[in-house]
Amino acid sequence: MKTMEAIMTHVKSKPKKKLLSMRRKEELQGYLFLSPWLIGFVCLTAGPMLFSLYGSFTNYDVTSKMDFIGLDNYIRMFTNDDLFWISLWNTIYYVLFSVPLTTVGAIVLALLLNQGVPGMRLYRTIFYLPAVLSGVGVYLLWMQLLAPSTGLVNHFLGLFGIEGPAWLTDPAWTKNALIFMKMWSVGGSMLLYLASLQGVPKSLYEAAEIDGANAIQRFFHITLPMITPVIFFDIVTSLIYGFQIFQEAYVMSDNGDGGPVNSLLFYNLHMWNKAFEVFDMGYAMALSWVLFVVVLILTLINLKLAPRWVHYEGGDES
Amino acid sequence: MSSFTQPKHSYFQSVRLRKKWMNVLISLLLIAGSILILTPVWWMISTSLKSMQEITRFPPTIIPEEFHFENYINTWKSAPFTLYTLNTLFITTFAVIGSVLSNSLIAYGFAKIRFRGKKVLFAVVLSTMMIPGFVTLIPQYVLFSKLGWLNTALPLIVPPFFGSAFYIFLLRQFFMGIPHEMIEAAKIDGASHFTIWRRIAVPLAKPAIATVAIFAFNSAWNDFQGPLLYLNDEVLYTLQIGLQIFKGEAATQWNYLMAGSLLVLLPVIILFFIFQRYFIEGANITAGIKG
Repeated sequence: MKTMEAIMTHVKSKPKKKLLSMRRKEELQGYLFLSPWLIGFVCLTAGPMLFSLYGSFTNYDVTSKMDFIGLDNYIRMFTNDDLFWISLWNTIYYVLFSVPLTTVGAIVLALLLNQGVPGMRLYRTIFYLPAVLSGVGVYLLWMQLLAPSTGLVNHFLGLFGIEGPAWLTDPAWTKNALIFMKMWSVGGSMLLYLASLQGVPKSLYEAAEIDGANAIQRFFHITLPMITPVIFFDIVTSLIYGFQIFQEAYVMSDNGDGGPVNSLLFYNLHMWNKAFEVFDMGYAMALSWVLFVVVLILTLINLKLAPRWVHYEGGDES
Repeated sequence: MSSFTQPKHSYFQSVRLRKKWMNVLISLLLIAGSILILTPVWWMISTSLKSMQEITRFPPTIIPEEFHFENYINTWKSAPFTLYTLNTLFITTFAVIGSVLSNSLIAYGFAKIRFRGKKVLFAVVLSTMMIPGFVTLIPQYVLFSKLGWLNTALPLIVPPFFGSAFYIFLLRQFFMGIPHEMIEAAKIDGASHFTIWRRIAVPLAKPAIATVAIFAFNSAWNDFQGPLLYLNDEVLYTLQIGLQIFKGEAATQWNYLMAGSLLVLLPVIILFFIFQRYFIEGANITAGIKG
């Protein structure tokens, strides 16, 4: 930008015009290339969000009414909807356990894979496989694995004399079952950590070894700081995705009824039922905004705390 | 290892020996982990080939005593799976084409064209990654219903043509790596950005574009919430919805349910093994994130 201006001030009158028109042409092309995103952003993201924000203060039901009712939806949520609290608690429970477990699991796995033992490529393939498998097929597989009498998990526990729980029918165990299932696909973020570990310059380790740092010191003073940007990215995204858990609960409870004693009624499922089962759209939109604010605050806290522990190797960012 | 290191021999040997044992230990852990990861997949295959009588037997058999391949045929026949497959392929094809086209154009714009407000707009792109899908789910449903798109594949086919933050980010990172001189040289030869995009950028970015195509394929193929919301007519159902209904019909016929699950997962598994390196490519680019 600065060089451009320097050129412009030096080269007067005639070429200036040409340069300007070239620049304008370039700008026009830029917006043209961006146009799909610009249209999509206005029509599919920003517009809908504004509509939803306004809608959350109405009694909208898609077909007939859309009267402004002030804060009624929000008041009702906090004072007169037990399922709101239950679903919020279920979701927080899920996030609270699944996010740390998968983060630590993925890091440990990536560290093991990065030790240069033979067959690394094969292991990487195997561990990553579950991460590409998703959808109803996988949930059905886990329903079978976790089935109390014919399932493999309880057979396996039985070998050690442990009587496995009724994973998907005992309300005390349903969420743990889903967290357990989530752990299976930890290879997805493992791949990110592995890529990041491989980007740590070898010279750092060599220097540390010469200084007499042992393996544990090397991990905490070199490896861990170097991969903090990926840890940060992983935590922020898994928090956002964790709060959106829906499909698993919908498929693994009977057609989205939220499972035994509402133990699988996650926030999104509650919202889904309000919006598309009883068409209480205004209320459902209010629900969505409350969770959005919760997620937003958590993300902002993460961003705020990041400079304290995330280590950036300066300069790469455009 | 030979004779001239004799004095220090024992020290080096002990270090090397320790490393060797460490590697053995790690290998054992990785093998155990691999077995744990693969067992569910094996269990799915095994159960899909068993008779119901064998499934309920205790202790369970690891390899089926008899291979009931007819389970697959019976499963396929018990619901209109052929129709579901065609529907899914139709939606998936458009989703992949839309994602590749739109995101590569948008990403090129962000990476290689100079215009005002680019930084701000790119920050907006990244921040949309932070917006949970459920905030736009209901108003989008309202929009599509007002457009008369309910019960058509349009709500699933059209949005991919407008780009998505993660793919834009991924491709932009890749395009940034194309030397600027190359673009400038083409411009001096009179090429427009569109020509440069088509002739230079896209061919060079093939690995990144393949990554986007595969990710887009997987997410469209596995999408459950979208079809569940928008497709109510049985002739429009996708495989995911079909399988969900089949779940209710087959109840605890685990052999059929596993056969159905495996058939639906098969394309994803095959693609994964063929195009594995593109998943790794995707991870490498994403891990380059600096904030």
